Amino acid sequence: MKKALFLMFTAGIGLTACGEYSQVANYKPGSYQGKSDTRPWEGGKFAGDKAAWEAALASRNQNQNEYKKAN
Amino acid sequence: MARMKFLCDAERCIECNGCVTACKNEHELPWGVNRRRVVTINDGVPGEKSISVSCMHCSDAPCMAVCPTDCFYKTEEGVVLHNKDACIGCGYCFFACPFGAPQFPNGPAAFGARGKMDKCTFCSGGPEENGSKEEFEKYGRNRISEGKLPACAEMCATKALLAGDAPVISDIFRDRALRRGKAGDAAWGWTTAYGKPEQGAPAPAAKEGAK
Repeated sequence: MKKALFLMFTAGIGLTACGEYSQVANYKPGSYQGKSDTRPWEGGKFAGDKAAWEAALASRNQNQNEYKKAN
Repeated sequence: MARMKFLCDAERCIECNGCVTACKNEHELPWGVNRRRVVTINDGVPGEKSISVSCMHCSDAPCMAVCPTDCFYKTEEGVVLHNKDACIGCGYCFFACPFGAPQFPNGPAAFGARGKMDKCTFCSGGPEENGSKEEFEKYGRNRISEGKLPACAEMCATKALLAGDAPVISDIFRDRALRRGKAGDAAWGWTTAYGKPEQGAPAPAAKEGAK
């Protein structure tokens, strides 16, 4: 009886490493951990005026089209 | 506001490196850090093509995916930025980036020899107060918050490099491609720049031959 218990116990200990575990890493997408950034129109030149900032950028965007300038 | 993008017209780029110089000057970048560079295919061979490359501010950015400290974030305008306070200079982003955009300065480094990663910010600075001294020292000038576009594109002499709202610059490029109506070496060159010969007039080559 004692011998059987001893064998079961040692087998239980000895074979614990023989289990089949998934070895595929489960990646989880991280999220930004740093400090928050101010939006471009906040503070500085535009002082929160988003419409004015968008208008300024739209104008600059169109300035890249030289067909509108020359022809 | 849509997504901010760069678009480089390889038919127009003349490899002047004005964009590279403008970027280095604007952000006072240290030696060894090139946020933008010009790549030429078949350099020296007639028909060579050049394109200006920097961070392309990917929609699904691999640098963001691999960063172990999650120091990357994306602004509402679709610009990929990073927090240098959290960067450990491991270089994963450099290996992940298909454009070689992340740069690692030499000199004093907190972790190993790489230091903090530096890359194109679309002239949008970083997670510091807009236009502040800290922002300039860490990330360079914040032109976007001044209502301006990136210095590289605005300095481009041939307007090969366009930057801004993706739909707007796509329209500009599409309009340009339709107007020139040609492809390859004929798309942008002498005849396009100086106009087509008038009907009935001899071609420039014939004129020279007649002299």
